[in-house]
Amino acid sequence: MRRHTWKLVGVAVVVAAVGVLIGLYVSKLTTEAGSPSYTVPVKTVNGKPVVDLTIQTVAAVGPELSPSHPDFVSYLVRNTQGKWIRSTVWRLPAHATVHVTIYNFDGASGLRNNYLARAQGTDGNAYTIDGKTQNVISPDDASHTFAVPAYGLIVAIPGVADDAKNQCGYAPCSLSNAHRTIQFTFHTGNTGHIRWQCFVPCAAGWLYGFGGPMQTIGYMDGFLDIT
Amino acid sequence: MSAAPTSAGPNHARRVIVAWIVLSLILTPLVAIFLGPHIPPGNGSDQASQQTVDNTVMTAIVTPIICLLTVFFVYALAQFRKPRGGAITDGPPLREQRTVQTLWIVLTSATVLFLAGFGTYELLQNGAGGGQGPSPVAVPSGSKLQVQVIAQQWEFTYRYPSYGGLETSQLVIPADTLIELHVTSLDAVHSFWAYQLGIKADANPGVDNVAYLQTKGPRTFSVHCAELCGLWHGYMFSQGKVVSSSDFAAWVKQQQKVFSAVKQYMPPYATAYYPDPQRRAG
Repeated sequence: MRRHTWKLVGVAVVVAAVGVLIGLYVSKLTTEAGSPSYTVPVKTVNGKPVVDLTIQTVAAVGPELSPSHPDFVSYLVRNTQGKWIRSTVWRLPAHATVHVTIYNFDGASGLRNNYLARAQGTDGNAYTIDGKTQNVISPDDASHTFAVPAYGLIVAIPGVADDAKNQCGYAPCSLSNAHRTIQFTFHTGNTGHIRWQCFVPCAAGWLYGFGGPMQTIGYMDGFLDIT
Repeated sequence: MSAAPTSAGPNHARRVIVAWIVLSLILTPLVAIFLGPHIPPGNGSDQASQQTVDNTVMTAIVTPIICLLTVFFVYALAQFRKPRGGAITDGPPLREQRTVQTLWIVLTSATVLFLAGFGTYELLQNGAGGGQGPSPVAVPSGSKLQVQVIAQQWEFTYRYPSYGGLETSQLVIPADTLIELHVTSLDAVHSFWAYQLGIKADANPGVDNVAYLQTKGPRTFSVHCAELCGLWHGYMFSQGKVVSSSDFAAWVKQQQKVFSAVKQYMPPYATAYYPDPQRRAG
């Protein structure tokens, strides 16, 4: 081939390679960037996988866990060493029973759609709040939700009272801070990459409360990597 | 303008036109008869079937145009290429031809006007599955089941005013029923798209966008958001069902039990909602 033909081929290859790299970057950015996957330890009970998932929700994630966005509202997950880490991509086994405990240290923001205040997709379509079994809360009391739309799972999390003492400023918060404890059980399905999200417009300072941490993986949204 | 025949050469224009007419006469019926029934969105509803017919008509109309371009392109490549070993010579001169110009303007204008008239007629039948805003022009006659589609980041929920304002996470509708969809949003701009049913309507906050749907037999269909609405736009999809009347009644009964817990907190049914966007998060 002539010299200019080789040049053309070279330019085409470089352009294609750059395109692929941009695609991979955008793909990574919109899936797991900023939130490394956390593999939740699995027990086996009666031959079936069972998982204990312990998470907390905080009003401000703090500079220690998120130097670039210390004021972002966020979910955290507790790892096997009992340390709270900022990861919202959780690896869970397929067809497993998942016992979830959520410690919420944030105040109420209120739901935009009151319908989402009813617990759905959990065992018995109910959950416990500070030890008391309930299936609904007042939508105005909702601080966050844990929702996996693909499973029809939604749990509205009540907020800490505005006048509660010893409120947590920055994460990680300790259980000596004012908090609510929410517990429920759900079941995973087949393998897949399934998103979860918060439905409460809880991102303070962002347009309609739905920008920033609500639109960034690693804070109020994530994936269940069902393997 | 056209390539004028020369005394020594063939009449290229005549050759191209003859080839075009023959090819169009063969391909257009084939496209309409064999390809038409497979053109999306299918036969999931009256609106979907109507859209399939519309798409077939437009594909059939465009077939002769594609044929003309293809014939001209292939003919030009074969006839006007540089002869092997020969020199590059200039082609025949182009001269103005009033007849050709007039014909071109008349034919293209007729095509465009026909499509405009045809499209308007089809829209006026029943809205053709599109959102018509709060005051629809094309309202099909007959009793209608009203269903509200509520979009929010990032899920659709549905309210049934005929059943006490029941709200659900899944869209289930009865077969062989005229449905009046009221599409709205609680936050950003979304778009409700039930592809197999041929329904697509924008969901704007504070706006009641009405679309009509005449269901056929039981089936499943997918619901997607068709307006880029944020991080989880790509995940804002679900599956809906068209079910028999008896199954629909049983489903409503079951959903009302689930709904009863939250019913006390629900706002009265309205064609649009104005939730406080600020709350504490503002």
